[in-house]
Amino acid sequence: MSGVNLHGIWAIYRTEMARSIRTVWQSVATPVITTALYFIVFGGAIGSRMSHVGGVGYGAFIVPGLIMLSLLTQSISNASIGIYFPKFTGTMFEILSAPLNAVEAVVGYVGAAATKSVVIGLIILATATFFTDVRILHPVWMVAFLLLTSLTFSLFGFLIGIWAKNFEQLAIIPSLVITPLTFLGGAFYSIDMLPQPWRTVSLFNPVVYLVSGFRWSFYGLGDVGVGASLAFTAGFMALCLIALAWIFRTGWRLKP
Amino acid sequence: MPAILSIEALGKQYKSGHKALEGVDLSIERGEIFALLGPNGAGKTTLISIICGTVTRTAGTISVAGHDIDHARREARQRIGLVPQEIALDMFSTVLNTVRFSRGLFGKAPDPAYIEEILRDLSLWDKRNARIMELSGGMKRRVMIAKALSHEPELLFLDEPTAGVDVNLRRDMWALVRKLRERGMTIILTTHYIEEAEEMADRVGVINGGRLLLVEDKDALMRKMGKRQLTLTLQAPLATIPDELAEWSLVLAEDGLRLIYSFDAQAEDTGMPALLHRMSELGIAYRDLDTSRSTLEDIFVNLVEKAA
Ligand SMILES: Nc1ncnc2c1ncn2[C@@H]1O[C@H](COP(=O)(O)OP(=O)(O)OP(=O)(O)O)[C@@H](O)[C@H]1O
Ligand SMILES: [Mg+2]
Repeated sequence: MSGVNLHGIWAIYRTEMARSIRTVWQSVATPVITTALYFIVFGGAIGSRMSHVGGVGYGAFIVPGLIMLSLLTQSISNASIGIYFPKFTGTMFEILSAPLNAVEAVVGYVGAAATKSVVIGLIILATATFFTDVRILHPVWMVAFLLLTSLTFSLFGFLIGIWAKNFEQLAIIPSLVITPLTFLGGAFYSIDMLPQPWRTVSLFNPVVYLVSGFRWSFYGLGDVGVGASLAFTAGFMALCLIALAWIFRTGWRLKP
Repeated sequence: MPAILSIEALGKQYKSGHKALEGVDLSIERGEIFALLGPNGAGKTTLISIICGTVTRTAGTISVAGHDIDHARREARQRIGLVPQEIALDMFSTVLNTVRFSRGLFGKAPDPAYIEEILRDLSLWDKRNARIMELSGGMKRRVMIAKALSHEPELLFLDEPTAGVDVNLRRDMWALVRKLRERGMTIILTTHYIEEAEEMADRVGVINGGRLLLVEDKDALMRKMGKRQLTLTLQAPLATIPDELAEWSLVLAEDGLRLIYSFDAQAEDTGMPALLHRMSELGIAYRDLDTSRSTLEDIFVNLVEKAA
């Protein structure tokens, strides 16, 4: 055997996808119900009293932010559980002893987590069309942002899964960092609506760039330039990759 | 052909500062069964884990069939199967899926016929669609073996394969190991049960405190280090050992009813005939006479005590 361990990548990918399919109803029902709730509360109850944002109805305006919120939390939780689970059950020994290199393992785990996120993102998009009028100006960019964000945050989740020593640590980053950043990151409003200095402070929130770029692909309007959004996501992905390369080289938190 | 496993100057110091292995050299030939014997904490699992890549080492080199485990990682690793000491399985998976997963992970194309064969060999075929959580402990252990065999390794590590396993299952395990060896597999096992090493191994390594104290052909070891014992059950008890028998260093046991003479099985002159002759001269009559050979266990305890 030489070259890439394709069977190994496929074995991981398939097993990870099978794990999601075992809990398919939870996987699908949760985002659909959550999205519906957001639309009823924000889109219906509050949104009817809000003026249009940049010429887009409030219900439609929040669609990209809602999808982004799910993409971030789903990517992180899927990928982190995916790699934390073998650590927890002890089956990690098999992954570590296999003729599989770091890149192959990451492609298997992160690929599966990102696939699941993309599917959930699309389900939310489909759900949203029942509640509001969604237009997509730049479908190719929309898909590109969807993929890039899912991959990047699945990588980030993978790192968290390796770092975590218990279930509490596994949950802490998504709930303590990502959710607040997303809410404050312009998922439900344009940061232009904020008074100073909050508008400037928001520019330090990485999620602003993700939501803004994604919303641009829908409606052609964003809080920051689309180039900045892309650069930020790609830069964060590069950081995650560097961290991963270091982990696999040193065996940090993987091997005694 | 290079040795299937070659280890040189292997050392491991855990982050805690504990030196689990020091200066371990070992070479394993193709097709042999090698038993690694040692008390708790000797470093057996650490040694196996380093070879299999689940623990990092701090010194030394290792190659598998001539492939360095760092520089030719893939070539080395695809030849190795590992059954670790602890059972570790995804409880929600089915038997068949988890075994297929292992084969894929090790880079092999699916081979349903081969998987069926190993599951049948391990009496798991009827349980192939059962979830792991529905299996008994012994079955789970066999699933671990099936996973380790799934990619047709040349070198199989069994870390305490029969710990906590009942007598029948232990016999089955031994039979399986022999069968694997007949097919040309090299097997390295660790065990606390000396009878296991005695029963199965071609060679035995004794490890204690992170050092490999001895590596030897099992039969040669038994011959070289083995002591024999002569036990005489007397007709009438003796109060003390008569001075005339002092040169044999006898031990008196069971209220003076038993005389025990230990001697080197290798010695030209065992001293046994002379002892019996002297006893009849002294008029000490015996009812029964029994000789026994020391087991690997005695040898082992002896070695470990000496090293301590
Ligand atoms: N992760 C670790 N960190 C620090 N020390 C460790 C670690 N794992 C093992 N050790 C220590 O290294 C020594 C060797 O352990 P090892 O598990 O290799 O022994 P063993 O021979 O397999 O014992 P047993 O027969 O009980 O399985 C022990 O003193 C153990 O406490
Ligand atoms: Mg052990």
